[in-house]
Amino acid sequence: MSIETPAAKAGPFAHEPVSIPRTMGLVMLALLPATLFGIVQFGWPALYLFVATILAAILAEAVSLGVAGKPVRPYLMDGSAILTGWLLAMTLPPWAPWWIGAVGSLLAIVVAKQVFGGIGQNLFNPAMVARVALLITFPLEMTSFTVPTPLFSAHAPGLLESLAITFGGQGFDAFSGATVLGHVRTELGQGHGLSTILPEVFGPFSGAIGTVAGSMGETSGLLLLGGGIFLIYKRIISWHIPVTMLATIAILATGMHLVDPEHYAGPYYHLVSGATLLGAFFIATDLVTSPVTRRGQIIFAAGCGLLIYVIRTWAGYPEGVAFAVLLMNACTPLIDHYVKPRVYGRDRRGQPIEYANDVEVKP
Amino acid sequence: MSTDTDTKPKTNWGQIAADGFWGNNVVFAQLLALCPLLAVTGTATNGLGMGLATTAVMVASGLLIALIRNLVTPEVRIPIFILVIAVLVTLVDLAMNAWLHDLHKILGLFIPLIVTNCAILGRAESFASRNPVGASAFDGLMMGVGFTFTLVVLGGFREIIGSGTLFANASLLLGQGMSFLEMTLIPDYRGFLLAILPPGGFIALGFILAGKRLIDTRIAEAKKRQDAGAQALAS
Repeated sequence: MSIETPAAKAGPFAHEPVSIPRTMGLVMLALLPATLFGIVQFGWPALYLFVATILAAILAEAVSLGVAGKPVRPYLMDGSAILTGWLLAMTLPPWAPWWIGAVGSLLAIVVAKQVFGGIGQNLFNPAMVARVALLITFPLEMTSFTVPTPLFSAHAPGLLESLAITFGGQGFDAFSGATVLGHVRTELGQGHGLSTILPEVFGPFSGAIGTVAGSMGETSGLLLLGGGIFLIYKRIISWHIPVTMLATIAILATGMHLVDPEHYAGPYYHLVSGATLLGAFFIATDLVTSPVTRRGQIIFAAGCGLLIYVIRTWAGYPEGVAFAVLLMNACTPLIDHYVKPRVYGRDRRGQPIEYANDVEVKP
Repeated sequence: MSTDTDTKPKTNWGQIAADGFWGNNVVFAQLLALCPLLAVTGTATNGLGMGLATTAVMVASGLLIALIRNLVTPEVRIPIFILVIAVLVTLVDLAMNAWLHDLHKILGLFIPLIVTNCAILGRAESFASRNPVGASAFDGLMMGVGFTFTLVVLGGFREIIGSGTLFANASLLLGQGMSFLEMTLIPDYRGFLLAILPPGGFIALGFILAGKRLIDTRIAEAKKRQDAGAQALAS
């Protein structure tokens, strides 16, 4: 019997078709319903901003790869830059001028991703770095939200009018409206109680479906939840991070709500408002910037949930998902240091597993 | 005591200058003094003022410490060095308050903090306590010039991106005659707040360090090529 190409005949032949483009594609597919809903709800300006943000991300990625001397085409085609731009666009105010999205993409791709060495090397979630940098740098543009003006509805701006809003820097005072979180925060600051504030702006259905003012892709809780469950079903993400994060927020909110319902909104409000669902399913679960082990992911997600609740309730900003995720990203190497995967044949401390007494070990 | 200059090799002035300005630059190579660096470099003018004040302290401390280096026993050298530096910083602080009052109002908090600038104690410890007076003072000068250069570059970088101007308020530091330096590079600029905030300082410093590495690599490559060419000619 001659020995020829043993590798080709050795099993197992099972193959899991995991690749970066497939993962990125599935995440985009999961984001698509909420994105389309956001575009329909906020009209043409949202679409223009979405396109501008993604184009800027692709351009920044191509230039960075060129400067770094890496092959541009294969890296660009893996879809990671598009997804970063996509996620960033979803967290922006829908009628923000185009340069907000472009500068954000530049920060996300160049400063948060390529400087660290490109895909898989970054410490922080690029989209959230850009979101926070934009919020700090352009507080006016990043907090100017619009009331929903669905496409083709009576008052919605037309194609050309929308061009002026996104690219011409035209104001839109007539349509401005605060997000639920922002509005509640302001009113609470003026000494009003939640029982008078909430019924005006927040209903169980508007919150879940998303017919409220907010960032482009964050308003529709149901569609984001559906996309997240699709990703878990497809095993792109595991349930640990989203479930732990949402449970932490829900438990904290329930506890504080029971203590003082006039000042602390209930769990449902916190779960469907702002970026909670987008953050739990699509941002905190970023494979690069979250811990490796299941236990580490649970610690990470609980920290995210705690920080989100603390920032929303007591800190200076009405929304804290981006800050919370970035702070926990910074903790990820530490978590990974202390919570390591068990090595085969050893216990969690790294010691060899002892044999049972009745098994005789030959020296 | 007086013979130690004779037994040591001759002072290499060119090497001291090159090290201070570029090769062993306080910020670029040693990564020291980052606290004042990031705190005051919101504008190029602030960087220049801080750099000049630090340079004055470094020259004087190099000089004084080299003078007393053989009188101080190793056990107490650090407290003595710090006392000398603290006295000098106090002098600079009071002098700036008297003659550059407006600039002092902007930089005020950070001038007394020069005393904690680890680069100054670092040069006292690693250079001035082992070298003759002239060389030590010159080392302090070149280190200070290198530091000032870094501060101005970083300050200019952050000022242009952050507020679209360059050398704003330069006349406070250099007198009315130099007010032509004050430039508005980008009229009607909205400002990019991140660049002026501390995180922007870190990001800008990162890019400048990368730029320095790039230049060093290019120089090394060019030298290698030159050497190869010379060898080829020789053979």
